Amino acid sequence: MGVLLEVKGLQTQFFTQDGVVNAVNGISYVLNEKETLAIVGESGSGKSVSVLSVMRLIPSPPGKIVAGEVIFEGQDVLKLDDEAIRHIRGNHIAMIFQDPMTSLNPVLTIYQQIGEALQLHLGMDKAQARQRAAELLEMVGIPEAENRLDDYPHQFSGGMRQRVMIAIGLSCNPKLLIADEPTTALDVTIQAQIVELVKKLKNDIGMAVIWITHDLGVVAGIAERVIVMYAGGIVEQAEVHELYANPRHPYTLGLLKSIPRMDMKRSQRLEPIEGLPPDLINLPPGCPFAPRCKYRIDRCTQEKPPLKEISPGHEVACWVDVTEGIGS
Amino acid sequence: MTNTAQNDILLEVKNLKMHFPITKGIVIQRTVGAVKAVDGLNFFIRRGETLGLVGESGCGKSTTGRSILQLYKPTAGQVIFKGEELTKMKRGHLRAMRRQMQIIFQDPYASLNPRMTVGAIIGEPLEIHHLAAGKEKRERVQQLLRQVGLNPYFVNRYPHEFSGGQRQRIGVARALAVNPEFIVCDEPISALDVSIQAQIINLLEELQGEYSLTYLFIAHDLSVVRHISDRVAVMYLGKIVELANRDELYENPQHPYTQALLSAVPIPDPVVEERRQRIILQGDVPSPVNPPKGCNFVTRCPRAMDICHEKEPPFRDMGGDHYTACWLYE
Repeated sequence: MGVLLEVKGLQTQFFTQDGVVNAVNGISYVLNEKETLAIVGESGSGKSVSVLSVMRLIPSPPGKIVAGEVIFEGQDVLKLDDEAIRHIRGNHIAMIFQDPMTSLNPVLTIYQQIGEALQLHLGMDKAQARQRAAELLEMVGIPEAENRLDDYPHQFSGGMRQRVMIAIGLSCNPKLLIADEPTTALDVTIQAQIVELVKKLKNDIGMAVIWITHDLGVVAGIAERVIVMYAGGIVEQAEVHELYANPRHPYTLGLLKSIPRMDMKRSQRLEPIEGLPPDLINLPPGCPFAPRCKYRIDRCTQEKPPLKEISPGHEVACWVDVTEGIGS
Repeated sequence: MTNTAQNDILLEVKNLKMHFPITKGIVIQRTVGAVKAVDGLNFFIRRGETLGLVGESGCGKSTTGRSILQLYKPTAGQVIFKGEELTKMKRGHLRAMRRQMQIIFQDPYASLNPRMTVGAIIGEPLEIHHLAAGKEKRERVQQLLRQVGLNPYFVNRYPHEFSGGQRQRIGVARALAVNPEFIVCDEPISALDVSIQAQIINLLEELQGEYSLTYLFIAHDLSVVRHISDRVAVMYLGKIVELANRDELYENPQHPYTQALLSAVPIPDPVVEERRQRIILQGDVPSPVNPPKGCNFVTRCPRAMDICHEKEPPFRDMGGDHYTACWLYE
């Protein structure tokens, strides 16, 4: 499998009245063709900003990509002019967002919104675009697709709107679909529908997927590789089975221990991660997780640990060797 | 944590209905329909236990919590708290009863007045119920802050100075201020980050043990509900479809909706996820303005039969404290 996307030393900051918010602090990762990569983190971990930076969708000002390279199919996206980046967006990289209500235009019909991309990027005429739009809606599981082309977003339910968003995303056969918490606003039975749909479409079309979420359950079901982010940095990345079986960063361990599992009898109290995430304006000098970490040593508060490989494909940013497994 | 040896019932709900009228016209308003948010609930909660109430958005679980506390005036039915019927109670008497029943809200940003200090927020119920004033009140507020794991010196701060998890702790302290016996926890953790959720769950459990509190725990996260509840009720479109002891419900679900709901919950273990068979429900929840004839779940049920389209299934005792409303078992 070839490399589709390579992010090197990406750093994004927001210049606000209160100071410089260090949203993404020099992250590097590789995404292979047809791979599903999950980026996991809590609010403020930089997971969304990191992919918005890849798409060059950071509002500027106040945001700015201050360093790094984003190599997509051999070219650095960050060096492209506006016209060239527009060609990549939508055409090669598509994105779906958390809230399907606010990401659709309420005063345009569904056809107008799907057809726009088809006419713009693929140069279709109206009749072709209309036919393709109906096919796309059918593909994402909207019943009576042809009759619904002239409906407005408010006539669809939340799950159906997210399907429409996916249809728009897929309209130009992208090589990469970025899904930013696409199921967070949806109920669990609808979430299951959308997850199944994306998995199926990914196989049919052969695209790569970056799935951003805070839900470790969804990750376990959809991802092949996982990146865990904390305070704007990558703290751990590994193949999905390896990460859940052998989590090596104290934050990853903490997250897995703090969530109850529905398939198990209640055994004991949950083990929460004490404290709060750090202020991104005043990041501590060492490891950003150090103030909440129970494995902390002196070095952690002074020096930031680099991401290093501990076994093939498994990288951890921690000074301490946390060999304690889950449940021990 | 629980006290199931004491089998006495603290709260009983009988045929509770909460219909919100839909009106038309500006000058002359007439009622053209009703949103049947809660449509005939029967259940009880034992002293010291936690009853989990789960369901998807719009199924009426929050409305149930609020109707129990008489924050809405129920359309029909009875709510019997410690032997007293609340729905027909006079205002003054009801206010006195409210000292014993409190609520913790979902959104810690919207449920705290931004212009009040933390001390004023937590102290307000003490004043309303004439429980403490002056120095005594100040001391009580500080004690409450300590109990919920906050620094007692925070009394003069405003809500915006706190994170989501800390705000939820303030909400818990406010509910605890009047020494209630019963607390409705209305999605108390769903607005919080994963690592903070466990802190609040543990806090609620500790407080329950310490003060023998009874909880109605409303949530859509089925993993959390299994962790915290003694018994669990599953709601769909304004009705309870299944109610059972925690492990019984999760290991032996009877109603097709419960089965589908449980199968849809992702498990944080890739090995388990690979082997799971999901029941993917088709379509969406119908509108509570116009629920289907017969069983409310009939439009999405993979096992629907003829009778399901005609008659509403009775809420049936399956034995062992397990109840379900489904024609499959008649």
